[in-house]
Amino acid sequence: MLLEFKDVDTHYGDLHVLKKVNYSIEKGEIVALLGGNACGKSTTMKTIMGVVRPTRGQVIFDGQAIEKLPTAERVRRGIAPVLEARRLFPRMTVFENLEMGAYLRKRGPEFDQDIERVYALFPRVKERRDQIAGTLSGGEQQMVAMGRALMARPRLLCMDEPSMGLSPIFVEQVFDIIQAINRSGTTIFMVEQNANMALSIAHRAYVLQTGQVVLSGAAEELRRNPLIREAYLGEMQVGATT
Amino acid sequence: MTFADLLLQQTINGLSLGAMYALLALGFTLVYGILELINFSHFNVFMVGSFVGLWVLQQFGLSGQEIVLAGLPLVGVLLAAFVVTMGVSGGIGVAIERLCLRPLRNVKGPAAMITTIGVSYILFNIVLLTVGADSKNYPNPVPAIHYHIGGAVLDLRVILIWIVATILMLGLYFFVQRSRLGKAMRATAQDAEAARMMGVEVDKVIIMAFFLGSALAGAGGMIFGLYYNFTSFLIGFTAGLRAFTAAVLGGIGNVPGAMVGGILIGLIEAMSAQFLATAWTDVIIFSILVLVLVFKPSGLFGRIAPTKS
Ligand SMILES: Nc1ncnc2c1ncn2[C@@H]1O[C@H](COP(=O)(O)OP(=O)(O)OP(=O)(O)O)[C@@H](O)[C@H]1O
Ligand SMILES: [Mg+2]
Repeated sequence: MLLEFKDVDTHYGDLHVLKKVNYSIEKGEIVALLGGNACGKSTTMKTIMGVVRPTRGQVIFDGQAIEKLPTAERVRRGIAPVLEARRLFPRMTVFENLEMGAYLRKRGPEFDQDIERVYALFPRVKERRDQIAGTLSGGEQQMVAMGRALMARPRLLCMDEPSMGLSPIFVEQVFDIIQAINRSGTTIFMVEQNANMALSIAHRAYVLQTGQVVLSGAAEELRRNPLIREAYLGEMQVGATT
Repeated sequence: MTFADLLLQQTINGLSLGAMYALLALGFTLVYGILELINFSHFNVFMVGSFVGLWVLQQFGLSGQEIVLAGLPLVGVLLAAFVVTMGVSGGIGVAIERLCLRPLRNVKGPAAMITTIGVSYILFNIVLLTVGADSKNYPNPVPAIHYHIGGAVLDLRVILIWIVATILMLGLYFFVQRSRLGKAMRATAQDAEAARMMGVEVDKVIIMAFFLGSALAGAGGMIFGLYYNFTSFLIGFTAGLRAFTAAVLGGIGNVPGAMVGGILIGLIEAMSAQFLATAWTDVIIFSILVLVLVFKPSGLFGRIAPTKS
């Protein structure tokens, strides 16, 4: 088990967002987190990163409770985020953004190797390395955001809506790359609105509704589940044909 | 003096004042860039810095204008005075952040800004009560060597001030641009939450911003004393407000902008003193502040508007 939520509750002031949530993610898996707007998907990611602290329950990473650890320590232990809406540092160059991903690591051969790996995955990022990140297209920004997370050499990659705002062809590319990253050994926990795509690459998935896990299971099963088809896949298929 | 000589002379004077305002403006900009906080205690950190420099120079047996050094002793004394002044001022900045501002970090509204005004008055009164209200003669160990350029005069002292200010500003620029912590400062200013999730310890970055800004203000305070040959508990407010204008003019939050803004304000002050009247200087400078805030709130080079978005 790489990551586990045990009966986690979170609040923003009086607003109760996650309610007794349980997740468990095995090493090597791709796990998707599905759900409508405002149900607490991003809050889940922020709770993993330590930007939001649970008011109850435990977050366990690699066998150790981490819910009280500062964010930097979690990054050091191998958790890296691809944030919702990319959140690059807009007035820094692409290269500097990648460097920030490796903030807690030493410069040296390993760093250079990882930069090359990112450039190999995203040749476009290499071309644009000296460009100011805020001037990149949305798709390019997504590549930099993923590259930046990889620069941390994460064991767990937490991705918040990697397909948001991307054209269908580009979404496919991004999902191919996510699979490639996973095959090279990185566990992936991924929030997605694009349930169809997410379920096509994920091993398992959780469905969140107003802060509660209402469904979970193997991606294949969920794809056949009538509830899911109606609530998520149906919408997506209509969206995809227009 | 011909008009050209006057212009040259005032450019020389303006660059000296400008160097001082630029050092001071950097502190406003560094802190604002990260916390969106206008730090009014900065005014009097500058003033205290000027007294720390005075004290160090006195420890070397210097007082008044009579004792002059040359060569290595001069460089050594100035170096020691700047280093101690900057260290102490930086420490005061860090203490202000830790003791007075960090507890208010998550309090919304103007509480933190009002606290900085309070701290400013505390520093002001501590100096008033301990060293007194009279202005103090500032020792100047630099030999009175003057160079004549046409009809204008350039003092060795002024050249030294320029050198010190240039080294400090270039040092800061390269620190912010190239060093790991400098990049973390920029990243935090651009997106604090994202920076945190890269592993940046935001509290460390904030401390660094206060330390660097306050250290530069201390250096500015010493330059004030060396340039005007006096210091007093009163010097913080005027210089502070002018430097704040410089930071806004350059785009608050923008490091090179604060440097250019500082130089511009220095030049404007010198020119208006020469060609209008000294009394009008503040009218002009603060009109610039108002005009910039009304018509170009992001400043000449700024991308950060002085409002929360
Ligand atoms: N910092 C915050 N302060 C107060 N409320 C917040 C904060 N962040 C999120 N919320 C609220 O918590 C709820 C869950 O937000 P969250 O961002 O987790 O939703 P989400 O599932 O990611 O939605 P979306 O699909 O729209 O991104 C929302 O009602 C949101 O308004
Ligand atoms: Mg979200």
